[in-house]
Amino acid sequence: MTLMVPAGWYLGLAAALFVIGLVGVLIRRNIIVMFMCIELMLNSVNLTLVTFSRIHGNLDGQVMSFFVITVAAAEVTVGLALIVNLFRLKASTDADDVDALRA
Amino acid sequence: MTPLLAQADAASGAAEFWVFVIIGALALGSAISMVLMRNAVHAALMLVVNFFAIAVLYATLEAQFLAVTQIIVYAGAIVVLFLFVLMLLGVGGGQPFTERIRGQKTAAVLLGLALLAILLGTVTTPFLGEGAACNLPAEQRLAASGEVCEGLAEANAEGNVRGVGLLLFTDYVWPFEVMSVLLVIAALGAMVLGKRREDPAGLSDQPTPGVPAVPEDEGGTLPGEGPALADEPTEGGDAR
Repeated sequence: MTLMVPAGWYLGLAAALFVIGLVGVLIRRNIIVMFMCIELMLNSVNLTLVTFSRIHGNLDGQVMSFFVITVAAAEVTVGLALIVNLFRLKASTDADDVDALRA
Repeated sequence: MTPLLAQADAASGAAEFWVFVIIGALALGSAISMVLMRNAVHAALMLVVNFFAIAVLYATLEAQFLAVTQIIVYAGAIVVLFLFVLMLLGVGGGQPFTERIRGQKTAAVLLGLALLAILLGTVTTPFLGEGAACNLPAEQRLAASGEVCEGLAEANAEGNVRGVGLLLFTDYVWPFEVMSVLLVIAALGAMVLGKRREDPAGLSDQPTPGVPAVPEDEGGTLPGEGPALADEPTEGGDAR
């Protein structure tokens, strides 16, 4: 009996990481931690892309993953600038404090 | 296939198995503890562990270039940016886990488990068969039924970096250029957002107590320009 890792295990791990990130976004109230959870979700999608790249035997998935990393870097730059601005306005990083539009 | 090569294949399969079990457990554990950490700085440190674990998984998935990129960009740049903002804002202290909506946490976990079940059932199950193991010998893979994993041995024949680079600068050169524009725009956006400016009247619904957005003596004008600005307030407001 040889030990082998079917590609589905990687996909399952990526799905689990995605769900953990999603639950984190739903239950945490600190904006920065919510943002980290979004990064975790992006990473799990990258893991899926790289796994499918290996399954199909071409490198397109890896290039796609590279683009996702680039977009994530841009997103973090702008998102953290927004969070700093929000902190200047509200003096808090709690997502529930941002309720100016609540009826 | 010679017995020696078959042995080598089996050994690499076993090595991948143990790497996957250990690093996968590390990735899952660090992700869960990141969500559960009360202190945001500890959460950021758990995120670093998770990024490193995913980089190792990339390496076992024959994506060496992405493994290095992951460490440089995520663990190197993005997490440092997170920690920088955390230190800047000084909100490292623990925050309570109280719920604003009743039953929010239970509902979130249940919905998450439902999504996990759907993902496992649809995306994962076709690739659990014997042929979906990526370092099978060729004849075994051809004999296997169901979805098979091709493996990247051919595509990576001249090296992973060369393969990815060729794709990036031939088929994907247009998205690559668009991405560079996106990065420039993001840098500009961060500069515009990060600029300290006088609070436009009425935009913030509660002025920050005790912390003026702009130091008093600065006032958004050059020294000595104050009286002139008072005469033409609209022009001064537009110029900022």
